[in-house]
This record gives sequence, structure tokens and C-alpha cells, in this order.
Amino acid sequence: MDFQVVILAGGFSSNLVPLVSKEVPKALLPVANRPVLSYVLDLLESNNLKDLIVVVEGEDAALKVGGWISSACVDRLHVEVAAVAENVGTAGALRAIAHHLTAKDILIVSGDIVSDIPPGAVAATHRRHDAAVTVMLCAQPVSGPSESGGSGGKDKTKKPACDDIIGLDSLKQFLLYIAKGAEIKKDTRVKKSILCAAGKMEIRSDLMDSHIYAFKRSVLQEVLDQKPAFRSLKEDVLPYLVRTQLRSEIFSDQNNVEENGNGNGKNNMQNNEVVLSQILSNASLPSFHQVYESGLDSRKTHKCCVYIADESKYFVRLNSIQAFMDVNRDVIGDANHLSGYSFSAHHNIVHPSAELGSKTTVGPHCMLGEGSQVGDKCSVKRSVIGRHCRIGSNVKIVNSVVMDHATIGDGCSIQGSVICSNAQLQERVTLRDCQVEAGYVVCAGSEHKGETFARK
Amino acid sequence: MGAQKKGGGARVSEDAVEQSRQRLQAILLADSFATKFRPVTLERPKVLLPIVNVPMIDYTLAWLESAGIEEVFVFCCAHSMQVIEYLEKSEWYSHPNLLVRTIESHKSISAGDALRYMYEQQTETSQIQGDFVLVSGDTVSNMPLADLIKEHRERKKKDEKAIMTMVIKQSKSSPLTHQSRLGTDQLFIAVDPLTKQLLHYEEDKVDHPSGSVCLEKSLLDTNPSVLVCNDMQDCYIDICSPEVLSLFEDNFDYQHLRRHFVKGVLVDDIMGYKIFTHEIHSSYAGRIDNFRSYDTVSKDIIQRWTYPYVPDINFSGNRPLKLGRQGIYRASDVVQSRSADVGTSTVIGYGTKIGNGDKISNSVIGNGCSIGSNVVIEGSYIWNNVTIEDGCEIRNAIVCDGVKIRAGAVLQPGVVLSFNVVVGRDFVVPAYSKVSLLQQPTTEDSDEELEYADSSSGTADHLSGLNLQMESKASELGPDGAGYIWEACEGAHDEEWKHSVAPIPKDKLSEITQAIDDDDTDDESVVPASGELKSDADSINTDVNDPNDDYYYFEKEVEGTVLRAVEENIKVDLVTLEINGLRLSYNMESADCAGATFYSMIKLAVDTPHNSASELYKNAASIITKWKELLGFYVKKIDEQIEVIMKFEEMCQESPKELGPLFTQILHLLYDKDVLQEDAVLRWAEEKAGADEADKVYLKQCETFIQWLKEASEEEDEDDEDEEEDD
Repeated sequence: MDFQVVILAGGFSSNLVPLVSKEVPKALLPVANRPVLSYVLDLLESNNLKDLIVVVEGEDAALKVGGWISSACVDRLHVEVAAVAENVGTAGALRAIAHHLTAKDILIVSGDIVSDIPPGAVAATHRRHDAAVTVMLCAQPVSGPSESGGSGGKDKTKKPACDDIIGLDSLKQFLLYIAKGAEIKKDTRVKKSILCAAGKMEIRSDLMDSHIYAFKRSVLQEVLDQKPAFRSLKEDVLPYLVRTQLRSEIFSDQNNVEENGNGNGKNNMQNNEVVLSQILSNASLPSFHQVYESGLDSRKTHKCCVYIADESKYFVRLNSIQAFMDVNRDVIGDANHLSGYSFSAHHNIVHPSAELGSKTTVGPHCMLGEGSQVGDKCSVKRSVIGRHCRIGSNVKIVNSVVMDHATIGDGCSIQGSVICSNAQLQERVTLRDCQVEAGYVVCAGSEHKGETFARK
Repeated sequence: MGAQKKGGGARVSEDAVEQSRQRLQAILLADSFATKFRPVTLERPKVLLPIVNVPMIDYTLAWLESAGIEEVFVFCCAHSMQVIEYLEKSEWYSHPNLLVRTIESHKSISAGDALRYMYEQQTETSQIQGDFVLVSGDTVSNMPLADLIKEHRERKKKDEKAIMTMVIKQSKSSPLTHQSRLGTDQLFIAVDPLTKQLLHYEEDKVDHPSGSVCLEKSLLDTNPSVLVCNDMQDCYIDICSPEVLSLFEDNFDYQHLRRHFVKGVLVDDIMGYKIFTHEIHSSYAGRIDNFRSYDTVSKDIIQRWTYPYVPDINFSGNRPLKLGRQGIYRASDVVQSRSADVGTSTVIGYGTKIGNGDKISNSVIGNGCSIGSNVVIEGSYIWNNVTIEDGCEIRNAIVCDGVKIRAGAVLQPGVVLSFNVVVGRDFVVPAYSKVSLLQQPTTEDSDEELEYADSSSGTADHLSGLNLQMESKASELGPDGAGYIWEACEGAHDEEWKHSVAPIPKDKLSEITQAIDDDDTDDESVVPASGELKSDADSINTDVNDPNDDYYYFEKEVEGTVLRAVEENIKVDLVTLEINGLRLSYNMESADCAGATFYSMIKLAVDTPHNSASELYKNAASIITKWKELLGFYVKKIDEQIEVIMKFEEMCQESPKELGPLFTQILHLLYDKDVLQEDAVLRWAEEKAGADEADKVYLKQCETFIQWLKEASEEEDEDDEDEEEDD
């Protein structure tokens, strides 16, 4: 397949402080003891998409990510790591790596996705419709993390429903309208011209944009060149393409270039013939785009397609601390087919080299990493514990993530918290809904709720 | 064929009776409460106008009867006598399965009035017992109603609030003309795809096109999925529960069924009532709302979409015609010359004579017409007893009963000739003109009277009298013609081609295409080029009603107002009035007005071209002198004056080079012009005394002035001592 895949792996996401650090960029955050990026790479590999460019914000982060990739999968995949400046936005990142893009179509995947939706299906849909852009949509999770968009992650107070408003045609093939969650505060305004062209539009507020896009390269580059102010794919480029799909401006310069190819800039005459021949051969009904194009002179259209993932598929973006907790819980729990591990009869994974003290119980949906030691009379439930952790006696760990090399003293009780690598909890610490930064030491006997521990 | 149909109808009604003991009732509005068919409807009610040689109301009644309706209330308004007379003569009054009752009201001027009248009547005799079908008398349909009524009743049982089911049908409207093939405006409806509940109803008025359909936020909050349709057409066939009548009674301002009632229920959320839709797929439903739909529905009838209501079947006492090849329906006694060429999709009624060399296609010709030689008739509707002399050309026209078209006359596309008009020899009737023997009413009021006056007086006599009168006069239709050409109503002239029987001309189409292109570019300019969807942080900022922001906008507005006042030399009272208005709308204090007004004045002075500080001072001085009354209006209190000084200080800090040096001078000027009182200046100085050094720049600058003020005041207070001190 002539598809190039761009993975936007981000940098040090501010939403995820203190989980991310100079040492651990967002792409390398562990989900069930594997970097989140590995889930994306596995997913792409399973769809036979092996030509990848990983775009990382910031040189340092790029080095880290590159280091991990070369150690992990250099033999299986052809991966390039490109560093771009920080805070350029998704569109800016693509602009920066534009010279790397050569294939006819580009698949853009966010690097923080944990999912089993096949990106190959998106690519196929894109090809089938010869679309300018194809967006993958998935059902909005009923609860849990639903904040979409890199910037929207932090406010958990926002009610979870209604993130994207998406307008589809009657066959659910084309994207006719898209508005982001924040706009929902206002009434939704739908352009009449597109409604007239399509006849029907189904407006859904129960779908969300999954940040997997397939773009026609020429279109993407044209838009990025013409609109230097565009910063974000989701917020600028995609709405622009959707908005202008009935009077496309993108191909105006390329008419002559692409006329000979099977591209977009066919003149009207040819197009009429195409429509006509399609009707005659009854291969498929002409889409409203074609009808519209043939009905009016000097009109050009482009198609914005959607691929709607099956509701049973799992999809979460790791873009908030809550999402991090959820992903870790789900990957060793309900969505354990994603983890790539084989589970024991007790629905948990305890590495053979891990040491458990007497009367210690590890419940279902737990994971205990390589070389970790757990003392006596401990209880671990629904938690992920990293490699080489030292956990004392009488420790309770529930619904938490403990990263590699953490030390937890005797008598600690941890609930709903994240303990980053090399952090240390002294004796009898009680944490509830806390995040402890890497290498931080929490003093003995303290009790905390909903706090973040980080060195300033 | 008729028997078979009736059998079907009886079975359906039995089913319905099993469902409920109620009689199936319908209200038929025999008045469209519109003026689209003028001038024809001045002489005959719309429901009695023939469509393919059968009055419209017969189609509606025949359909209702076969759909199992047992009782119909025919609501007559305009020309009620004619309607009642017609029904009395027809077989409907003695129909075994359908009880036809007429209700007469002359006061009703809208569907809303009619239903209110029905409601009042109902309390007397309790006519409407349960759910009923509401249709207008110009509906042509063959859809089965029993299942729909059943569906409506079941829904009503489950949900008390489901009071109406509206029938819709697919009919994609043209993206160009914004109208459906029935000539109605574009319709945007939003429906819940699962429950089929109607959520939004918007008729596009082409006169006021807004580029987008606006769905309320709450709509999407409550419904995860909303289907917005543009390809539906409202059939104006409604299954209503009795609550509908009482709603009309309660809301006496509801006039139009859709514009007021449906909108009212949807938008105002009255008692949580809901309206549902039912889409028909295989059956036909169309409403004759204007000349274009007259044309469209006629063609549908000829092409048998409305079966069994087609010309070759007797469905209401009409004499069936014989169907030949190519969709030509011909009465048995038509006298047709051998050399006449009768083309496809044509209907020719009884007793009509067709002369030599005539060319007729896609047309309907009524009973008793006589058509001379070498006449061309294309896409036209010729009613009964029309005389067309030799060599006429008629294209896309409607010609009513008794019209005479003299030899060689030409009717251009879109012409409507009302009853008994005479077109003179070789006269060319211009396109889209409407011709009547009656003069065009000048005002709305006389209009209504005209229609009702006719209904009471003997129409025929009245008209023949008029006719004679006309013939004696010089006519607008050639020397030997009779009739007035109606002027198009104001503003409606451009619309004429839209609703006419004639197809839309090419040049109009290209014009609209052009207009759409312009529209689109307009849209584009409104939408910001980038960042349409701002990030959360941004939008939150703009969404929150920031008081500073408000003040900023307020200041801008005041500035604009003052600028205009200066430019146009508006009177001070008017300006104050305007600024007061702004103050109220932005919820600002009087002190804010003072600050903003002063700000605008100084800004104006700064913006006026100047070369040196002294020139700037002159500018400022002249503006302040001229408009001190305006400023004075807001600076009556000390607080407000202090606000002005603060504002001034702020401005100076913003542009220290230009304004800074002038601070004292202008302050002095303000004092001299009695805009500021010394108390205010002194209090400001006191307040400022405790501020940071940086803030005191201007205080220091005007130290001498303040000193002088202080001394002056002491001077006033204690004259003598003061003098001593001075020494």
C-alpha cells in the first residue's frame, strides 16, 4: 500500500505532569509496562503499515523516543523519528516534516492511542472514495475519559458527553459538518448549501473524532502551504476541508498537473462523462459530490469521508491523568487482548521473576513486573506494578499504577494513584488519588488525598 | 375498478373500527387562506378549480373516502356558497360511506381561525370525537390512512404528549431555486431518526436567505443523533389529536398551521407536546399550493402516480376518459381533425373540437372547448368552454372557463387567463401576466371583501354584467379583447417565474447560480480564515462575560457615537440619549459614561492631524469647549469627575509622548470650562498622594496647579488670612 504513516507522538504533554518528565516523554509512558507508543506501532504493524514517521516535539524527547524505537522494533518496522519544535501544533508539525512525505496518501495517527480499531480500514475507505480526507470516528465512551483534543484534556469538570458534533450523509460515508465540543455551548449552525446538496444530514453528538486521519498528500500540503495560520489538524485543517468540500479551492493550482493522473482536477466535461458512465454501468449511484459538480459549472468538490469504527472496538487516547489510569486498568482488565500478554488463570500477570511474600494476594486484573518484590501480607487489586519495584509488608495497592523501580515502604496504602519510577514512599504513607513524580520521596506516616507530588 | 377500490376502503375502515370505536373523522379546509391563485380564486374557490378536468376537492374527498374516513367536515370560507352548492349537487352528499358536513364561516381568515371556529362549534354539538385527519381541499393523494391513524393512536396511548403526526414525503428541492418541484420553498426539518419525532421545522424564505440552519444546543444535548433533512416535502396531511384544536383555541395568535402552530409547539415547548412525522414511500401525496404545483400535480395525475385517481377512472362522478397510447386521454365524443397532431401526455375532455393542423402536447383541454385551425398548445391547461380561434399559440399557460382567444393571439409562458377573459386579435400576452375581468384590488382590505362579496351575489350575472362593461371599454388585451392585466404585487415580480406553470427559464437559472456563487463567497468572508474552532481556552475566555471586555466594547461604541456626533454635528441631547441607551444596554455606571466620553473626545483630538504639542492642545481645547455640555451631563458628581481624571491619566500613561506634557494644561482647561470642580481635582490629588512613585508622574506635573487650586479655595474660605499668608 502506498501509504505513509505519520505518528504524532507529541512531546512533554502538560496535561500529564507529573507523569511525564524529561526522562519520560508522553509517548513512552508505560501502559501495562509497555510504552504507549508500542500499542500504536503494534496496531499499525498488524495492518501491514510499516513505513512510519514518528514526529516528536522537542529534540530531547525525540532522542528518547528514537532510542526506544531502535531498541524495540527496528527489525520489524521502517521507522524514522523526526523532531520538530515544541508547541507548533499538529499542523505545524506536519509542515515541518513535509519534505519527508512522498506517498500519495498519508495516514496520520496520534501517538497516544490505545485501540484495536484497524487503521487499515480507514486507509481502505479513503482509497475507495478517492477522498481528500478520511476521518475515523468512534463511539463516544459513556463514562471515563472523553476529553478530546490536546488542549481540552485538563478540565474534568466539563461534562463528558457532547464533544464533537458530527454531520454525516445518509449513508454515513461522508463528513458534512464538524464542530468541536467547545462550540456546543452555542447553537449548531449547519450551512444550507451542503444540506441542499446532500439532502439529508445526520447530526451526531455521540461520536468522536479518534485522531486517525488519512489525507491525500497533495491536499494536505496544499492546505498547509496556503494557510500558514493553521496550527491544528483537528481544529483548523479538517474543519476547513469539510467546510469547503463543495467549492474546493485546493486543486485550483494543480488542475493541469493532475489532469492526466487519476487525480482530482478533471474538467467538467470529463466529469460529466464519469458520472454518466457510472450511471450507465450502474456500478454505484453517483455521490452527491459528483452530482453537484456536474450540475454547476466551474465547481470543484472534494470528498471528506468517515470511517465509523464498530462500537465494540476499544479506543482511548492517553491525554490526561484520568485517561492514563483508565487505560492501564482496561488493558489488564476488560481490554486485555490489547496488552499482548497471556493472562494466568487468575486473570493476572505475575512475572515469574517477581517475588511475593507470604499471605500476599494479587487479585485479578493485576500485573506485576519483572523482578519486583512484594513483602508479606500485601494486597494488590486492579493495579499495575512495574519492574524491579520494592514493596514492603502490609501494603495495600488498589486501582493504582506503580512504575518501574519504585520503592514502597511497609504499611502503605495506595488507592487510585500513580507512583512514577524511582519514587519512594516511606513507611505508613496513605495516598488516595495522588500522583507522585519520578524520584520523589514521600515522608513516612503522611496521609494525602488528591495531591500531586512534584519537585518545583 | 371502482368497486374494487371501495372494497379495499371498507376493509380498511373495519380494521380501524376494531382499533377503536371512534368514527374516523377528517377536517377538510376548503380554503387555502392564501392568494397564490389570484386572480382565478376571486371568482371561484380554489377547491373547485379543475385539475385534469376534475375539481380538486373531488380528489381529496375520494381519497378520504377510500382511506376509510367516515365523516368529513368541509370548512368553507371564501365562496362558501359555491362550495356548498357544488357539494349538494355532487354525489358526495348522498355517499353511503362518507358523511360530508359543511361548516361555514366568513370570519376566518386563516387555518388557525378555522380550527378555532371548529373548536367553538365542537363544544355545542361535540362533533370531533377523537383523533382526526386535517387536510386542505387541494390535496391529491392516494396514501392509506388507516395504518397511520393506528400508529398515531398507539403512540398517543404510550405518550400523552404526542398530539400530531405529520406526513412527509421525499422530494429533493433544487439547490438552485430553493424550491421543491411543487414550487414550495425549501424546507429544513430535523427528525429523531429512531422515534421520528419532529425536532425542528424551518421553511426557507428565499427573500431572507440565511446561509445556515440553526439547531438549538438543547436539541443535541437530549438527542445523540438528529437527522436534518432538506429532501422532504410537507404534504400538509396531519393526524391530529383533539388537543390540537384546544391548542389553537388557547393560542389565539396561531394563524398558519406550520409557521405558527408547528413552530410554536417545537420552539415554545408548550406543555411538552410533541409532533411526529411519518414518511410515505410508495404512495402519492401532493398539495396544490401554487401554479407550479398545479402543473406538477397535473402531470403526476396524467402519468398515473395518483392511481386510482386518474382520468380514465370514475372516482367522483366524473365521466371517465379513454386512455390511448402515449398517455393520451380522450373523451369518446371528441371531434378531432385528421391533420391535428395530438402529442404525448394530453387530456382532451368531452365535446371538444380540435381543428385542422393543430399541435397539442403535454396539455389538458377541458370539456366543450372549440379550438380552431393551426393552433399550437404546449404544456397548457385549458379549462371548459374555451374558444381558441385560428393560429393561436399557447405555451405553458392556464386558461380558465369561458375564455375567448381571438385569431393569431399568442400567450407567452406563464400566462394565467381568468374566467371569461377575451384576448384580442393578434395580441401577445406577455409572459407571466395574470389577466382577469376584475380589476386588481388595490389594498388588502378591499381584497378580502371582493372574494366574499362574490360568494354572496350571483356570480354568473355579476360577471356577465362586468363582461359587457368591459367590452364597451378599450381593453388592455387589444381592441377587441376584455380583461385587466394585473400588476404583480410589490416585490413579488421577481418571484413570478418561480411559482408559475412555465418551466424556469435558462437565464434565471444562470442568474441564481451566479447569486449562489456570491453567497458562497460571502459565507467564506464571514467565517474566519483560520482557527474557526478555537481551542478550549480561547473559547472559554470569550464565552465568559468578562466585565473588562464589556467595558471595552462599551468604550468602542461610545467612541463611535461621539465621532459621529462630531462629524455630523448632532445635537448634544441626541448624543446623550444615545449614550444613555448604550449605558443601559451594557449595564454601565454613569461614571463609566463620563470616562468613555472623555476618552473618545481626547482620542478624537489625538487622531486629528497635528504637528506639535500646542496644536494638539488646540484640538483638544476646541473639542472640549464644543462638547463640554455632553461631558458635563455625565460629570455632575465628584466621583464621576474623578473618574474622568483617572481616565485621562491612564491615557497619558499609554501615550506619554503626545499627551503626557499636556496633562496639566488640559486639566486646567477642564477646570476652566467648569467640567471639573476643584473638589474633584483635590480629592484625586489626595487619593494619588499615597500611590507608587511611578503613578505619581502626573500628580507631580500638575503640582503647581493643585497648589494654586488649594490656595484659591482657601482664598475663598478665609479671605483675609489667605492674603496674609500670601505676603
